[in-house]
Amino acid sequence: MALDSKIPKGPLADKWTKHKSNINLVSPANKRLIDVIVVGTGLAGASASATLAELGYNVKTFCFQDSPRRAHSIAAQGGINAAKNYQGDGDSTHRLFYDTIKGGDYRSREANVHRLAEVSTNIIDQCVAQGVPFARDYGGLLDNRSFGGVLVSRTFYAKGQTGQQLLLGAYSAMNRQIGRGKIKMYNRHEMMDLVVVEGKARGIIARNLVNGKLERHSAHAVVIASGGYGNVFFLSTNAMGSNVSAAWKIHKKGAYFANPCFTQIHPTCIPVSGEHQSKLTLMSESLRNDGRIWVPKNLEDVKAIREGKLKPTEIAEENRDYYLERRYPAFGNLVPRDVASRAAKERCDEGYGVNKTGEAVYLDFAASIQRYGKEQAHVKGLDENDAALVKKLGQEVIRAKYGNLFQMYEKIVDQNPYETPMMIYPAVHYTMGGVWVDYNLMTSIPGCYAIGEANFSDHGANRLGASALMQGLADGYFVLPYTIGDYLADDIRTGKIDTNLPEFETAEAAVKAQLDAFVSNNGTHTVDYYHKKLGKIMWVKCGMSRNTKGLNEAISEIKALREDFYKNVKVPGTTSEFNPELAKAARVADFLELGELFAKDALERNESCGGHFREESQTPEGEALRDDKNFTFVSAWEYKGEPAKAQLHKEQLNYEEIEVKTRSYK
Amino acid sequence: MMNLTLKVWRQANADAKGKMETYQMKEVSPDMSFLEMMDVLNEQLIEKGIDPVAFDHDCREGICGMCSMFINGEAHGPDRLVTTCQLHMRKFKDGDTITIEPFRAKAFPVIKDLTVDRSSFDRIQQAGGFVSVNTSGNTQDANAIPIDKHDADKAFDAAACIGCGACVATCKNASAMLFVSAKVSQYALLPQGKVEATDRVLNMVHQMDMEGFGNCTNTGACEVECPKGISLENIARMNREYLYASLKG
Repeated sequence: MALDSKIPKGPLADKWTKHKSNINLVSPANKRLIDVIVVGTGLAGASASATLAELGYNVKTFCFQDSPRRAHSIAAQGGINAAKNYQGDGDSTHRLFYDTIKGGDYRSREANVHRLAEVSTNIIDQCVAQGVPFARDYGGLLDNRSFGGVLVSRTFYAKGQTGQQLLLGAYSAMNRQIGRGKIKMYNRHEMMDLVVVEGKARGIIARNLVNGKLERHSAHAVVIASGGYGNVFFLSTNAMGSNVSAAWKIHKKGAYFANPCFTQIHPTCIPVSGEHQSKLTLMSESLRNDGRIWVPKNLEDVKAIREGKLKPTEIAEENRDYYLERRYPAFGNLVPRDVASRAAKERCDEGYGVNKTGEAVYLDFAASIQRYGKEQAHVKGLDENDAALVKKLGQEVIRAKYGNLFQMYEKIVDQNPYETPMMIYPAVHYTMGGVWVDYNLMTSIPGCYAIGEANFSDHGANRLGASALMQGLADGYFVLPYTIGDYLADDIRTGKIDTNLPEFETAEAAVKAQLDAFVSNNGTHTVDYYHKKLGKIMWVKCGMSRNTKGLNEAISEIKALREDFYKNVKVPGTTSEFNPELAKAARVADFLELGELFAKDALERNESCGGHFREESQTPEGEALRDDKNFTFVSAWEYKGEPAKAQLHKEQLNYEEIEVKTRSYK
Repeated sequence: MMNLTLKVWRQANADAKGKMETYQMKEVSPDMSFLEMMDVLNEQLIEKGIDPVAFDHDCREGICGMCSMFINGEAHGPDRLVTTCQLHMRKFKDGDTITIEPFRAKAFPVIKDLTVDRSSFDRIQQAGGFVSVNTSGNTQDANAIPIDKHDADKAFDAAACIGCGACVATCKNASAMLFVSAKVSQYALLPQGKVEATDRVLNMVHQMDMEGFGNCTNTGACEVECPKGISLENIARMNREYLYASLKG
């Protein structure tokens, strides 16, 4: 099948408005006859469910957690971007659009990104109307801060809990519709497969995780909002349950998987502490507004720090290397994530890492505490030269801005970041790659949509901070509810889809066979044993730096690991009870396939762009070197029986509005 | 490294009779989180052919509200202002015996072992925990109504509730007043939420009673154990809102 991105004709700024006026609508009376399934209740899934229900469709929503409010969007910390220009600092729709394309290293689709920038302002209006308690200034108006890769302050926030507040807003909109009976909510249910009837997505097989029963659910369209696949690395900032399964299942049923190798490694996470580690914790990018990143200039100091003989606060200013400020004077500590992560790795690889493992750099707030303290002392008419007072006042400002993050750090690391710099290191955080979708957010399976992190469309090869929340809510509140009508307009006479169709039968039987095989396998190793092994291969060979040899090894090692998994995995219990190990086994099975495609995609893309760094493609200074002539395309992989046989389709990216340039933050 | 004795509540399903089982844990690192220690326990149980302990958890960074253990008689264990996933083993010492039970309440039936069903919380929210505004985006500009920073901050503090149920598990009456009052307060403090404050508080309290949560006798234990420090002031505010709504209604 040829890829058709269905981008509307006409000038970029008019495309979305014109498209909305031209697409088909479904009348309110007919919407009552149409069922839509939504899988996942993060920002994208919850906002889509609420809006579709409000429009009048019958919505069935699924989440594997015990409540839709638990989805991992809840953990997003720093903020959400919108081109409101409340600060009057030169922001505009065009600038947000431009920053996002440039931030994504010219590997995203112009039309989608422009639409995202257009609807961004609506999101803030909507959330405030829902009672989302954003941060405000003393005049009662909304406050903003700045994030990486931009020169304006356009990020709205609610302390370090922005994702939580936005998700609870979307959850409350869902609750209103659940109360009205327009959404039927299925908690603790996992999508096990997609059902395709006559080429169209017509339902899913779901598993009730409490009693293990398989259920058939039919609909006229299926929306996948199941998030990203960062957990293929085992250690990531994702939740323990975050998985690729829903996206992978539709891939195996015909949806193309786009740019799987585009992964975001976030520069500021709490470093790994030991073998028992189960997940990594993010320290929000917003901290880079006020924190300065550095390592010691001298290796002797590094050694003394590791041996506990020297404290970071004892190192004089001139003996510190603020390497981001040194290398990227224009953006300094606020360079985009991919750039900051690679720079940290470069210093640590050179031996300047500041903890026992040698994989940590400092994020230091002392300078900001001083600056804010002096400012507060001045405002309050107090002594600006009283060091203790200034420190106390400065710490209060930092506490008000980032209190929960500092507390989190202290609980995990057992050090007080108000007194000593934080230690941080990059970790897997987000996946820009995902299910290929057209401009209408439809996958290559008619009637099957993918929204939020689950799709690939807006962030190119690197996502800017505070843009994930924006995209999730834009897709769910303001894009999908329009575009899905265009498709469903043909379904007003279809009537209910019968779950006794042979397609449902076959799909359910296949799921049952896989689950039965797991519990009767009688193997020797736990699911986590395999997941950790996969994670290690991914991190070492498909992580921050990739090369031909490593990627080829990864491909064969993952394949071998997958074969061993099916032979030797041990899953306790039965299929007809609450069995978290069984649920985990099914998810890891999919990661073991995705991981191979990931490596294959990374091997194919012999250029460095955004979060994808190929050692073969770099400048003499070690900066990423893009190859626009050969790689200005989206790789969209078609499933052909196994990952190794996946077929590559290329969607060429055409830049009409933006001149493609070398991305520089210097 | 520490050696520990764990006494864990085991219950096969909602209808089964549960009991405490004892497990020995060797060489536990103080840098582990409590749930990482449970992961190690489960790996060992699976290898021995014993059913692993079922417990809820997801984000492991203290925000999703899914983890829910009652540890040594306290919701989320001995540390303050943290959930179980952020509790670290350095809070315990070598040779300790640790008792681990589920969050117990009539309105939180056990699903298996340490996993309970908290969907009663969802139903309370469905009864009125929202602002009735359509999600079309056609609302007024976000800055059209300035909000007093102090009110906005208080609303935020109330909204920080993660819905874990520690307040219910801690309360001797299994009351959900802290949870419900946090949501009622968040909206009551904001102009957007004030419009339907009357119906909201009446409907949410009614649903709370229907779910079988107990009464509040103002002992304040919930506030002490709340991992997000939700203040008792919210309960006082809800009582005022409720009284006002009842008189008005």
